[in-house]
Amino acid sequence: MHKEPLALLPEICLLAGAVATLLAGSFLPRERQWVARLVATAALVAAGVTAALALADPVRTVYGGTFAVDTATGAVRLVVAASTLLVIGLGVDELAGTRRESETYALLLLGALGASVMGSTTDLLVLAIAFLLGSIPLYGLVGMLRSPGAAEAALKTYLLGAFFGIVLLLGATVLYGLGGATAYTALAGGLGGVPVSALAVGLLGVLGGLMFKAGGVPGHFWVPDATQAAGTPAAAFLTTVPKIGALVAAYRLLTVLPPTADWTLLVAVLAAATMTLGNLAAFAQSDVRRLLGWSTVSQVGYLLMPVAVAGRGDEALPALLFYLAGYAVSNLAAFAVVAAVPGRRSLEDQRGLAAGSPWLAGALVISLLSLVGTPPTAVFVGKLSVFTAAWDGGLAWLVVVAAANTVASLFYYLRWIAPAFGRPEEGTGQGRPRRYAAVAAVLAAACVLGLGLAAGTVLPLLDGPLAG
Amino acid sequence: MLSLIVFLPLAAAVALAAARGLPDAVARWAWLGVTGAELVLVGVLVAGYDTPADGGLAWEERLRWIPSVNSSYHVGVDGLSLPLVALTAVVFCACAGYSLKEGRRPRALAALFLFLQSTCMGLFAAQDLILFFLFFDLSIVGMYFAIAGWGHGGAARSALKFFLYTFLGSLALLVGFIGLYLAADPHTFDIPQLVAAAPLADDAVAGAWVLGAVLLGLAVKTPTVPFHTWLPPAHTDASAIGSAVLAGILLKMGTYGFVRIAMPAMPEAWQAWAWVILTVGVVSVLYGALVALAQSDVKRMIAYTSVNHMGYVLVAVGAAGLVAEGAEARELAVTGAVTQMVSHGLITAALFLLAGVLHDRTGSYAMADYGGLAAPAPRYAGFFAVAAFASLGLPGFSGFVAEFQIFAGSIGATWFAVLAVPGILVTAALFLRAYQRLFTGPTTGRAEGFPDLRPRELVPVGVLLLLSLLIGVLPWPLLDLIAPAAETVVGLVSR
Repeated sequence: MHKEPLALLPEICLLAGAVATLLAGSFLPRERQWVARLVATAALVAAGVTAALALADPVRTVYGGTFAVDTATGAVRLVVAASTLLVIGLGVDELAGTRRESETYALLLLGALGASVMGSTTDLLVLAIAFLLGSIPLYGLVGMLRSPGAAEAALKTYLLGAFFGIVLLLGATVLYGLGGATAYTALAGGLGGVPVSALAVGLLGVLGGLMFKAGGVPGHFWVPDATQAAGTPAAAFLTTVPKIGALVAAYRLLTVLPPTADWTLLVAVLAAATMTLGNLAAFAQSDVRRLLGWSTVSQVGYLLMPVAVAGRGDEALPALLFYLAGYAVSNLAAFAVVAAVPGRRSLEDQRGLAAGSPWLAGALVISLLSLVGTPPTAVFVGKLSVFTAAWDGGLAWLVVVAAANTVASLFYYLRWIAPAFGRPEEGTGQGRPRRYAAVAAVLAAACVLGLGLAAGTVLPLLDGPLAG
Repeated sequence: MLSLIVFLPLAAAVALAAARGLPDAVARWAWLGVTGAELVLVGVLVAGYDTPADGGLAWEERLRWIPSVNSSYHVGVDGLSLPLVALTAVVFCACAGYSLKEGRRPRALAALFLFLQSTCMGLFAAQDLILFFLFFDLSIVGMYFAIAGWGHGGAARSALKFFLYTFLGSLALLVGFIGLYLAADPHTFDIPQLVAAAPLADDAVAGAWVLGAVLLGLAVKTPTVPFHTWLPPAHTDASAIGSAVLAGILLKMGTYGFVRIAMPAMPEAWQAWAWVILTVGVVSVLYGALVALAQSDVKRMIAYTSVNHMGYVLVAVGAAGLVAEGAEARELAVTGAVTQMVSHGLITAALFLLAGVLHDRTGSYAMADYGGLAAPAPRYAGFFAVAAFASLGLPGFSGFVAEFQIFAGSIGATWFAVLAVPGILVTAALFLRAYQRLFTGPTTGRAEGFPDLRPRELVPVGVLLLLSLLIGVLPWPLLDLIAPAAETVVGLVSR
């Protein structure tokens, strides 16, 4: 057993931060909960810094081959920490002074910890634990608002989560039974000559659980409801951070599976179904949060494309990681705009946004065009590299499906942009946008552009071997 | 130098967008000033241009951008792109002059059009597929806001249709580009490298698919039949300068893509597709002309003549792929095609600005609302007549030079191109008919009390038409610029 606590320093920061935030919140009066916020922010910054420092470490696995320290882990940690920081930034106005402010921060940190562990583990048992660690805070976050809608969404998320958690455990059990091990390195050898049907059952189970976390078909049902009913910071968090861990985890698992089960086709079909369903469902939405919820489902479809060609060619992993980073900032920028003008809930309410707050409208346009994949934004480079990787891996048909879906997605993003730049109606003074959220929106939009323009420097950094 | 031309309007756009509270008049004059500076810079570029030996690029610049996919910031101009860069500078400057009295949010309008100018300049200068795609997409975004923000009638709907259609085209283009990238060994997005390697030469099936994707993308933008349906509503509902830029510059992006990327980088596939392209060109010519003839709305009519005029370009580039025939005729055709892009840009921009005058005065484009305009507005009638005659290809104007070469070259390559000739006849008929309905006879309807052209309308239109006349009378400086590049393209496509 190779013990090396320092290799897990970013995760330890998150855990310690969560505990400290909870304790601080319990002993502080409600008007001084900002101390808890400060603790949480400090923990996230510490996690980010230690993760950045750890990037220089040699590629290896620690704790008996259960935890990988490599480029993918580093990228996951950094994106998770940065995303959670942005979530707190865009949520300050909504959360400050509420009854459950510090609890929310603690749950955010625990959820981030779950996602981080999930994306870094190379062992089925740790994966199952990460699933629970990431899911349970999520249920709390969804229901935190205590409205009837939030209660319904929390129950739905909980039931689906419990179901898919069991499915994941079942899949892990089957794979363990077949391969005789839970660590991926050992599994890679043990699964060599096993019956394909049994292997497929195990794979489907684990993949199903991961799809719940990622919000892809078939585990996507909770996403739109939770996004619509939960508070804005919670919605921003649950459509961003869990996906990061789940998709990298799926990538790691698939690279060690033998090609006897045609998992490339399986994941490709899941990707096509996810993006198409997400887009079609987003068409008819009139509530911006629900629209964003479905849009995140469709984005998972594109993100599954490099997962489908995992291990074929060396372009898939950097493509996945870059797309994840670009998607995270773009999605959070859009949510930050929503958080800044909480009065504008429907698409029709967006009318005149540009006239009142041009900066916010600019951030909205950049984030939505990024989600479409317009150059020079981050997701454009992500899409470009993802399409290239998929085509190179022999999935040209999936690239065509994805391109067609991108055009379709344009339709509903434009339905949002168009009224925002329309003339404001008389007497619809929506008040000034919330300060923190507006700053977070502009900041995230700047990141979207910066990441897109600096893709040349970022992409090579993501190109590293997987450990194990 | 070239980068300065590309990014100066962008910098000015950002400055204008950030300068809240700037007086409207200052914004309008700043816009005109920047486009004027661009014109001067492009003048320097043209004056300093010397046709590079062996088909290379002039004013070339290359910087690292995304090395992991072999995409770089690579710009440069040659005989194909320089005329279009100059056209862009002229048309945008004319639009800025035309808008000196614009009352609807002039600061934002100036910023938007300067941004659009950057994207157009960048596209014509780009020598990297990703850079090309970047500017291609950004031009769509800019134009969307130009139509939706400053259009009239059902502007929002038309803008959405425009965006969806052309974005579909751009994604097909992206898929094609990725195909080209993966076929090249080593993988690269650099256009000169791809042209040199002609990566899909020995894989006919993949070549046909990749070229098909690229062609679809460019055909939507051009637009050719059957992908032209976004064009009439976009033009009808856009503002005058929006239409001028859309028809004058943005449509050229499609045809420019043919000669810059599709023909030289995929010669085998182009030869295989040549008949399809030629046929689509002939159909576009005839269909565009006939539908234009049936219009009762001036702007819609001009929009359909664009389909017709772009059809000629398609006929020429299609004929250029018929390698069984001599190279000389095909070179003539390609030279004519590039000349036609410039000529159409000048004349159509002038026509759309003139059509915009109608709407500014009375709010209607319907021919039935007018009659006998020549009496109250003689200068307007005169300019419209000149623009109409230039557009129908009267000798002495640039349109004649372009269409003469296209037909001489294409018919030299295949007799099939003769089928497109009636298009000229129909165009002549439709312009004369429109002119009669608008300007001759007793003054009736909205024509009564119609104010004549004002200086700020007269000068931009006059300059555009004067340039067309100049090219028509003295074509050799332009042809000397284009011909060597056309020769290179034909050499490359015949491989």
